[in-house]
Order: sequence, then structure tokens, then C-alpha cells
Amino acid sequence: MATVLVPTPLRRLTGGQSKLTVDGGDIGALIQTINQQYPGIAEKILDDEGNVKRFINVFVNDDEIRTLQGLATPVKASDRISIVPAMAGGQARILGGHS
Amino acid sequence: MSRLNRDQLVQLAKSEITEISAQDLKQRLQAGEKLTVVDVRERDEFVQGYIPDATFIPRGYLELQIEQHQADRDKPIVVYCAGGVRSALAARNLKEMGYSNVISLIGGFNGWKNAGLNFKIPTVLSEDQRIRYSRHTMLNDVGEAGQIKLLESKVLLIGAGGLGSPAAMYLAAAGVGTLGIVDFDTVDVSNLQRQLLHGYKDVGRPKVDSARDRIKDINTDVKVIGYREPITSHNALEIIKEYDLVINGSDNFPTRYLVNDACQFLKKPLVDGSIFMFEGQITVYQPRDEAAGIAGGPCYRCLYPDPPPPGEVPSCAEAGVLGVLPGIVGSGQAIEAIKLILGIGEPLVGRLLMIDTLDMTFRTLKVQRNPECPVCGDHPTVTKLIDYEQFCGMPSLTGAAQHGHIPELVAA
Repeated sequence: MATVLVPTPLRRLTGGQSKLTVDGGDIGALIQTINQQYPGIAEKILDDEGNVKRFINVFVNDDEIRTLQGLATPVKASDRISIVPAMAGGQARILGGHS
Repeated sequence: MSRLNRDQLVQLAKSEITEISAQDLKQRLQAGEKLTVVDVRERDEFVQGYIPDATFIPRGYLELQIEQHQADRDKPIVVYCAGGVRSALAARNLKEMGYSNVISLIGGFNGWKNAGLNFKIPTVLSEDQRIRYSRHTMLNDVGEAGQIKLLESKVLLIGAGGLGSPAAMYLAAAGVGTLGIVDFDTVDVSNLQRQLLHGYKDVGRPKVDSARDRIKDINTDVKVIGYREPITSHNALEIIKEYDLVINGSDNFPTRYLVNDACQFLKKPLVDGSIFMFEGQITVYQPRDEAAGIAGGPCYRCLYPDPPPPGEVPSCAEAGVLGVLPGIVGSGQAIEAIKLILGIGEPLVGRLLMIDTLDMTFRTLKVQRNPECPVCGDHPTVTKLIDYEQFCGMPSLTGAAQHGHIPELVAA
């Protein structure tokens, strides 16, 4: 079972869990497997066309899947999957009062 | 063991080594010969002038430090002192270490100067600075020359908040000579949980003012330039071009894309940090600069080509943040800045450091430059600053309406 590291913003969908162990032949299948257990997580990661959203990176071990085989990147039991969304926090309002 | 008086010892030393005249040394240096020239005088002599490109190692440290400057025992080393006596003794000591081609300068620095040859007055630390920065200068990778580099460097901080506070305070303590701070906000009580630049007495004051006071309290060597204004497409290039590198501690996506693009256009390294609840990220966006021989790495847009739609990613103001977390991330950014200024170690270029403080893990992920990147890719489509609020799907505050600027859409 591969280990999936859940980023903080998605943890409210996983009941607060930061690590999941999931079986999945490739990244695409793995995301669907997680989504069955934690509905709604796939739509946070994938866009309407089923691609990884452009402000999210998915890594298998140290490498981003775009540099591998995208969603078809195979997943081994020993792999560690990181989902990394853009975060803006730094605690200063610079440009405007948006946050 | 033979007993020698002073003159006999010097004579013996000179018989065992080679000597060179000032004119001959000058000719060999002018011919481009790779000579390691070492000034073995005392500090008070060195500060009054030295032979250009010479390395200063007082004789008392010569044997201990020479290998850091020339490890190859077969390469020529020229040593000089004030008059040619101490250098003869020093040369003999180097021969004992196995250096086979050690040459002492006849007449020393005085001979060089009296021959009308060119010399330099070194930039050196003051007595106070030598004490203040002694823990730095004793590090081989920093040394006095590195400390002077820090004092001469200029770092711009985007934001004087959670990340900007530790970054600014550590860079000030480290002796970074000029700190620019962009922040138009005022201090609020809810900032004090994590923004160490500001205190309770500062509530209601502009953050750039309380930041300046705090920094001056740490180190009067530091010049603080405050920009109490929003950073926008209209002023970003003007502000950033004055600095050697930028530390990003902003809390919103439009500023992150703006600062990224401006740094790419100006070829300034950007040390990026972000925080969310208990989690942080640090990376360095080093623009490619062929003229300077810098290969560079990915930029913010390579990682995140498009911003999340407004509301998709909650902000710290909405979700909260552990007050100590920016201490780790901002300090990490300060370390990366210092490494970049000194040219030491391996900066986080092409690597994203992920910090999760709940399980206290630090992981490094590889990130690559995207050849299709609209800013740093092979065929850039964004070649000037755009309206970043519009780009991020927000109503424009600083763009078209206020400044008559015609926003461009990014080919996404």
C-alpha cells in the first residue's frame, strides 16, 4: 500500500488524517480510490477534464508526475505520494485587502 | 640542535627558498600567471594597503590556513611581508609543509609600493564589527570577506509580517547592509501572535515604522528602506531593481505572481516561503542568466501555472496559522538568502522544502523548469507585468480602473 500525504487544506475531507495508505495501479486510479473513501477529494485535485489542477502538484516520491507519466504514473507499494497545492500565506497584506 | 641568532636564521631561510623582486612579480602577474600571493603581515599593516589579489593570512595562521587557499603542493606561492624578512621565514615554514615552489618577495610590500606599483586599500571590518560578527568570520565559508559581502548586500522583503519578521531580524543581525521592506499595513493586536518585528506598543503604527525601529535596535549597521505602499505592476520593477534578491512573505496570490514575474524579468533570485496552519513551504526561484553563467531553475509559474480560483484555497486569516511556524519558514528563507549572497552551499533551486510541524517532518521535492512556462519558458508569452488581480480572478484594485493601465490576459 502506497502512502499518500494529505496537505493541510484537504484534511477536512479526510477526517483530519494527514496520511492515507492506498492501493492503486497508477495515480489516476489512486485518486479515485481515495475519493470512494473520502468523497469530494477528487474534485479538489482534478479539474473538469480530469487533469490535475494547475495550482496543484502531485509527486511520486521526489518527482512531480508531469515529469513522469502524469496520471498514468504507476504506483508501487513503497511509494510516497505528496499532493502539494499552492499556498499564499505569509501574513502581510501587500497588494490589497483580499486575505 | 644548532643555535642560530636572528640574522643566521634569516640567512638560512633565504638560502633554502627562492626570492623574487617586485618588478619580476609584477611582470609574472601581468602575464597572467596563476600565482597564489599571500600577505603574511599583521592586520594593522594589511589595512593600509595590499598587493591586488593577494590573500591575507597573518603569519601566525599561515600553516593553519594555507591549504584552504592553495592545497596543491606543486603550485607556486608568493609570500610577502613588509620588508622581506618575515616572508622568508614564512616561506621556509611552507616548504616544511611540502610546498615545493615558495617564493618570498624581496623588499616586501614597502618595496612594491616604493617601486610605484599598484596597491589596494582593503575594505575591512571595523573593530566593533569584528567583535559583532566574530561567530561569522570564524566560519571558513563566511570569513571577513563574506561578512563584507553581507554588509554590502541589499535584500528586499515583501511583507513585514509572519515570514518577514524572522527573516528581517536574522538578516539584520547577520549584517545584511540594506533591508528594503514593502508593507502598507498597520500593526494589529492579532499580528502579535507571530509577527516578532512588532510589539504591543506598536499597535496602530505602520509596520514599516515598527520594523525599522526593531531592526535598528538589533543592528545599526543596517540601512532600512520602508515602502509603505502596496506593491503593484506600476512600482514593482522600480523597487525590486535596487536589490540583490527578494524574500517573499506575502499572503496573497496576486502578489506572489507579480513578484515572481518581476524577479524573472530583472533576473533577481526570489526566496519564496509560504505557510498554512501547521505546514510550510520554502523554495528559491533563481532566474536563468546566461550572461552571468547562471543556469537557474523553475519559477513560481512553473510550479503553479494558474492561481486557484478565489476562495478555493483558504487564507491564514480564515484557517489560522501556528504562530511559531513562520519562525521556521522565515528563518529558512533568511538562510537561503545568505547562502545566495555568499555563494555557498546548495540553495533550494529546483527543490521545494515541505515542512509539516505536526509530525515534524522536512521533505524535499524536486521541481523542474517548465519549458512551456509563459514567463521563464523557451517561448515566453508574458514579457511584461500584467494585472495580477484580474489574473487571479479578483476585482482589480490597482489595475485598469485606477491607473488607466490596459490589462493583458495571459495565454493559459
